[in-house]
Amino acid sequence: MKLELLINQKIYALDVAPDEMLADTLRSKGFLSIRKGCDTSCCGLCTVWIDGKPVLSCTMLSFRVAGKAITTIEGIQPEAEKFARILAAEGSEQCGFCSPGFIMTVIAMKNELKNPTEQDIQHYLAGNLCRCTGYMGQMRAIKTYLRGEVQ
Amino acid sequence: MKWVGRSVSKIDGVAIATGKPLYTEDLTVPGTLVVKLLRSPHAFARIKSIDVAAAKQMVGVECVLTHQDVPQVRFTKAGQSFPEPSPYDRLILDPIVRYVGDEVAIVAAVDEKTALAALDLIKVEYEVFEPVLDLSSAIDHPSVVHPETDLHCNFPIGLEQQRNIASSHTVEVGDLAAELALCDVVVEETYKTQAQAQAMMETFRSFTYLDQAGRLVVISSTQIPFHVRRQLARALQIPATRIRVIKPRIGGGFGAKQTGVCEVYPAIVTLKTGKPAKVVYERKETFIASNSRHATEFKVRMGASHDGIIRAIEIVGLSDTGAYGEHAPTVFAVIGDKTMPLYNKTKAIRYQGHAVYTNKLPGGALRGYGATQGTFVQESTVNKLAAELGIDPTEIRLKNLIRETETSLYYKGKKLGSSSLHRCIETGKSMIGWDAKFPRIEQGSKVRGVGMAVTMQGSGIANIDTASAEIRLNDDGFYTVLVGSTDMGTGSDTILLQMAADVLNADMDQFIINAADTDVSPFDPGSYASSTTYVTGMAVKKAAEELRCKILEQAAKVLQAPADQLELSGEQCVDPASGKTVSVASIAAAAVVGPDHRQLSAYATFGSPVSPPPFVAGFAEVEVDKETGKVTLLDFVAVVDCGTVINPALARVQTEGGIVQGIGMALFEDVQYDKKGNLQSNSFMTYKIPGRSDVGIVRVAFEESYEPTGPFGAKSVGEVVINTPAPAIVAAIYNAVGVQISELPVTPEKVFKGMQQKS
Ligand code: FES
Ligand code: FES
Repeated sequence: MKLELLINQKIYALDVAPDEMLADTLRSKGFLSIRKGCDTSCCGLCTVWIDGKPVLSCTMLSFRVAGKAITTIEGIQPEAEKFARILAAEGSEQCGFCSPGFIMTVIAMKNELKNPTEQDIQHYLAGNLCRCTGYMGQMRAIKTYLRGEVQ
Repeated sequence: MKWVGRSVSKIDGVAIATGKPLYTEDLTVPGTLVVKLLRSPHAFARIKSIDVAAAKQMVGVECVLTHQDVPQVRFTKAGQSFPEPSPYDRLILDPIVRYVGDEVAIVAAVDEKTALAALDLIKVEYEVFEPVLDLSSAIDHPSVVHPETDLHCNFPIGLEQQRNIASSHTVEVGDLAAELALCDVVVEETYKTQAQAQAMMETFRSFTYLDQAGRLVVISSTQIPFHVRRQLARALQIPATRIRVIKPRIGGGFGAKQTGVCEVYPAIVTLKTGKPAKVVYERKETFIASNSRHATEFKVRMGASHDGIIRAIEIVGLSDTGAYGEHAPTVFAVIGDKTMPLYNKTKAIRYQGHAVYTNKLPGGALRGYGATQGTFVQESTVNKLAAELGIDPTEIRLKNLIRETETSLYYKGKKLGSSSLHRCIETGKSMIGWDAKFPRIEQGSKVRGVGMAVTMQGSGIANIDTASAEIRLNDDGFYTVLVGSTDMGTGSDTILLQMAADVLNADMDQFIINAADTDVSPFDPGSYASSTTYVTGMAVKKAAEELRCKILEQAAKVLQAPADQLELSGEQCVDPASGKTVSVASIAAAAVVGPDHRQLSAYATFGSPVSPPPFVAGFAEVEVDKETGKVTLLDFVAVVDCGTVINPALARVQTEGGIVQGIGMALFEDVQYDKKGNLQSNSFMTYKIPGRSDVGIVRVAFEESYEPTGPFGAKSVGEVVINTPAPAIVAAIYNAVGVQISELPVTPEKVFKGMQQKS
């Protein structure tokens, strides 16, 4: 089916299958930051924003997001890099495979929550698995980021 | 300039974290065929007939292969230096399928949908056999998992095919029966550990194509590029000269990718079709059809005098290597090798048993590589012994553990080079508040308990692992480091540059590193066995030292001063006597212009006769709900001796990550098969890995030692950190509620049942 998607503020005229998932559409258009880690909506690797809110693109049908603003990490590189540098100072982007989805969720959280507690943070990020880091360093990085310290 | 000891950010960190296209699947090209595998629905069967006619006719299908279309030479997928200890017991496709998920046919099509549709069109008739599904009854089972006559071992590993024994192992020193008879106390326990999944976030994937010379290029998410090249040459029956393996950034491995799981499938498609091909495993395939930690069953007997000196240890049992013997003999050996030397007051030890074939998912490498299982069974028994003797668990260890310069029965006279393990225990005790908390604090229906364990690992494989490194001074005065080790997220590329930059006294920006590409890189076994910092690191250090000498020799000519009087400081060579300088850049430029010159470069190889153990003392504090059996981990303290810490931030996160994987093994990661041999824990819904709210607090400290044989005094850190959580948590539960869990993982049901049995 033919549709238009607004991805990172540009309009893409696409022809997608009715059962095509947004993750696949985005990868096929060259947004290679989109990664899949599971087939059961458990890992959060594929997180993008729909109208600013984090969404799993692996289970979102592409046609359903026509008319909405889709944001991938490619679309917010300066802010993503700012946080990535803090994450890297902690060494908490190990294999990095989970990082784009994780960073999308962290930045969405920063935009959405005012002064979140550690529990709020854990809750907001509950859907983002990481097998490498054990999460502690990610938390240290988030706290530094939220404090607005420049690296 | 000092780089070693600093928390330098990883050189690739920002790029990988912000989603740059650097991983295997990102590097595929338009027109790449999609490879899908038809997998066996039966645990053990023979393919009577297979009809692929309909699949081949489908528009978009380019290639369908069955066992009739592949070379009939057995190989192993285990990534090990030649001659591999693992048996050659695989074919690319075999008329006999040995576990649910074993490969039956390979399909390549223009897209995924077509490939999946074609799989559905393949008709297979199976003759189904009775599978071997239980580890304890596998030996001498009426069904023989590997009846074939062409199975090959490179050297004797104690394989007895007709009995389902993949390998046999015995280490025995002293008279065990006599020593046990002399002991005041002997404790005994039987344990089971599960087939933990590595569960790295990037599933298995490879991309293959033919280059301009018709050579097979394999871009793969692998820990072992050189071993993959050798495996493919044998499996595909083409010369290794026709194969190039490249490792891009990889999304985790944890040992899973020390086995050449998926490379051969797109490779054979590319050879048959001439077209680029890729395979990307689904998560479910990664769970059911790759490899996992070897499940084990062990009986341990341990004897001590009444003052708590451990005199005799016996560990006897089995490991489950599943359908294929990848890493079977070596993991089994490591279970004893990396645990029993810890307690060196022993007069007799025995470690004995078999790795056995079953019709289950093959075993493989998973961080810890047997030491994890060995640590669980041995440390749990030490804790039991301490309880029996009424001695504090930390005290019994301080009395019995090996110290620097001492030897052990296992070491046959070799001496331990470095250890701060006793200090690690003291530090950990105070961090967790041991004296105030041991053994328990009751709070109504909840009880808190603390428990501890210690562990060791190795740093590379002694007398086998050998890595090379080359460092070049380029025409523009900067350096290229060539190594074959495979950074899988650990940051090894970065720490190797820290070492090189330290020796050459230069800024890290002056270095580029290339790893790993079998066409370009010097040989390296790959990243496993905790080898990169120690083995590859030493090769890099030696190469850097040699290059430093060469640069100063050239400077000496220019400055007309003896080379040994000169200093290399940053971008200049300085003669302190005269104050004269010459820049490294000008030496570099001069070396590549005109006749009679030679570009400056150095090459070094390192292999070690020893595998210096890093150590960890791990402490857990848990809260057990007496009404439900639920265990909450409140705090985990890990104190690590990895020698000199090359990069504290990276070592810390490695430790935190390893501890959390160990916590997963202890508390969550349950492996379930049904009666027919289907692995049911095949998704992140049914196989729970720790999420961020499951792990309480993990705290890490380092107690540095100095390893005389290591680069800058360093040992390894990657694997040792996964070993202590299971025994420490199990001990904390015992100290809280008196329930001894001997079968992993700990579940609320097991704890609850244990409490009921007690009361
Ligand atoms: S890929 Fe795992 S949640 Fe989307
Ligand atoms: S960094 Fe590897 S999965 Fe998170």
